[in-house]
Amino acid sequence: MDLRAKLALLADAAKYDASCASSGTEKRDSRAGGLGSTEGMGICHAYAPDGRCISLLKVLLTNSCIFDCAYCINRKSSDVWRARFTVEELVRLTLAFYRRNYIEGLFLSSGIIRSSDYTMEQLIRVARTLREAHGFLGYIHLKTIPDAAPELLAEAGRWADRLSINIELPQVRSLKELAPEKDLAGIHGAMGSLSGHIAEAKEAARTPSRAAPPRFAPAGQSTQMIVGADDSDDRHILGTSDALYRKYGLKRVYYSGFSPIPDASAKLPPAPPPLLREHRLYQADWLLRFYGFDTQEILAGGEGGMLDLELDPKLAWALKHRAIFPLDLNRAPREALLRVPGLGARNVDRILAARRQSSVRLADLARLRVPLRKVAPFILAPDHRPACGQLDSAGLRRQVLAPSAFAQAAKPRQLALDV
Amino acid sequence: MFSVTLESPADFVGWREAARGLLTAGIPPEAVSWHSPAEPPGLFAGAPPPAAAGRSRIPAVPRDFLDIAACAVRHSDPERFALLYGLLWDARAAPGLLRTPTEPRMVRLEAMARAVRRDAHKMHAFLRFREIGTEAGPRSVAWYEPEHHIVEAEAGFFQRRFAALRWSILTPRRCAHWDGEALHFTEGARRGDAPAADAAEDLWLTYFASIFNPARLKPAAMRAEMPKKYWKNLPEARIIPALMQGASGRVRAMLGQEPGAAGRRSRYGE
Repeated sequence: MDLRAKLALLADAAKYDASCASSGTEKRDSRAGGLGSTEGMGICHAYAPDGRCISLLKVLLTNSCIFDCAYCINRKSSDVWRARFTVEELVRLTLAFYRRNYIEGLFLSSGIIRSSDYTMEQLIRVARTLREAHGFLGYIHLKTIPDAAPELLAEAGRWADRLSINIELPQVRSLKELAPEKDLAGIHGAMGSLSGHIAEAKEAARTPSRAAPPRFAPAGQSTQMIVGADDSDDRHILGTSDALYRKYGLKRVYYSGFSPIPDASAKLPPAPPPLLREHRLYQADWLLRFYGFDTQEILAGGEGGMLDLELDPKLAWALKHRAIFPLDLNRAPREALLRVPGLGARNVDRILAARRQSSVRLADLARLRVPLRKVAPFILAPDHRPACGQLDSAGLRRQVLAPSAFAQAAKPRQLALDV
Repeated sequence: MFSVTLESPADFVGWREAARGLLTAGIPPEAVSWHSPAEPPGLFAGAPPPAAAGRSRIPAVPRDFLDIAACAVRHSDPERFALLYGLLWDARAAPGLLRTPTEPRMVRLEAMARAVRRDAHKMHAFLRFREIGTEAGPRSVAWYEPEHHIVEAEAGFFQRRFAALRWSILTPRRCAHWDGEALHFTEGARRGDAPAADAAEDLWLTYFASIFNPARLKPAAMRAEMPKKYWKNLPEARIIPALMQGASGRVRAMLGQEPGAAGRRSRYGE
């Protein structure tokens, strides 16, 4: 198989990993030698027609696998062609793409071949060759095999910017059913060990000493959960994310809507979940991390453990907690303003800056291009007071429900295309 | 009437010096017109402004404002320098002005700075080098069309990233060149001056086609981040229509409703 055919196969097999982030690592550049730079901000070098960012060369080392996870296109029993890159081929491809400014770096994952240790060693060899033999300073994300030997995990962290282990499914019951070879305790153990290494390296970097601190995955670790391959509800999913953020200080949890795969196992649902569900989970995740919401509050916006598909989770929460509104735009503290639907963190900070000078009016919000239809019912300003009874009216939900372009495009029936 | 002609279209230092002189001399914004080599004064150009002498009467300016201003002067809007000077002038009487992000002119300035930052970010993202052989060895050459005056400001990004290469970035208004030692800049070029092909593009297109998931077609999301105006300089963009047309057929194949499962075929060009 020639290089192009391999690339087609092994990129195709890698696309079910949603992450393509290249942000949050240490600053490096090539003025003192080497090739490449990282300046903190991730860069999306292209977008595919699926709307996803292409930042990294995201491929598998091989799509052969001794595991038989039902949801995975590369499972042992799947009837697909198999291929494997050599270390040299991957290094050459990464450098050729990087030099042309196609990518920020490499995201390398793999099926498990022979053993976990063997597979992990192969992934590490690619990263080490890029760094040591070619002075590569771009971004490297390595998928980590949870039950590989501890010294291999330690070496992976030396070369990689980010490491990730996929939790795959939100409940242990589903993991047992769909991915019988995967071991949840082992996954947690490895995440815990990575988080220990990451914290230690951070601490060492802060402590002035003559010895260079041990480098370990400066962009931290992330994970991915598949949405809609089992019967877990959003409560399970967000609960699992919340626990992972707390326990292991993960940088990100990615949600990957289950995508139909060829030769699907009979254990899987026949249709994908609506793309909108994945989108609402990302919004909820955002509220969890940056807006001071807890999972109970977020779920209270929906019904029966599921988020409201029609409304973004902050709006859904606000509609069920109308008693605390309207908030005075010029007096409410920052934490309270962050809970107003339609007000993002950046605009909240602009409002705080502006009201130190003079009082802020609804007209000012219009200039900041805040979605007034969503915001207005929930705030008081010198030039605005919600219409009498508006906050208590049954019609408020309909009134604020402005279908965004995305929500329109991601409607389940439209997703089905012409299948 | 006074005319200020700056050294380049994004000459922030020159603007600041001139503004200092004008403020000290008490010359109001409506008596000044601003120019650069790209925006020359017309027939009735005014006198050059007085040099800043003696005690400067420039008001204390917040750090944030200077950062935004340094960015906004790269905008292609011919009113950028006048907008900034007008703000400085009014800030003498109303010192809170420059700290009020909701004030209409501050909103406009912030929007200009944001547009410039986005333009820079898209240049880092969407510029594509093509490698050619020269007598002095390989050279990477890119053709790119930024919207604003950002080539000088962003050349450093490519220098830090590709210090080991020899490269040229050609754009309609300004070109940047790196020879391994120093950056230098030349006048604008034409698209035909850049190479038309590259040996790695075929692999890149293969990757682009393969990493795309046809079960999740979201062209509006793609266009929001990669508007069509960039497509003519992106080699991969030429296969987007084909990928989108093929999408539903590939979804069917993936669902097993059509012979020939998706995973068995290479996606592009075969």
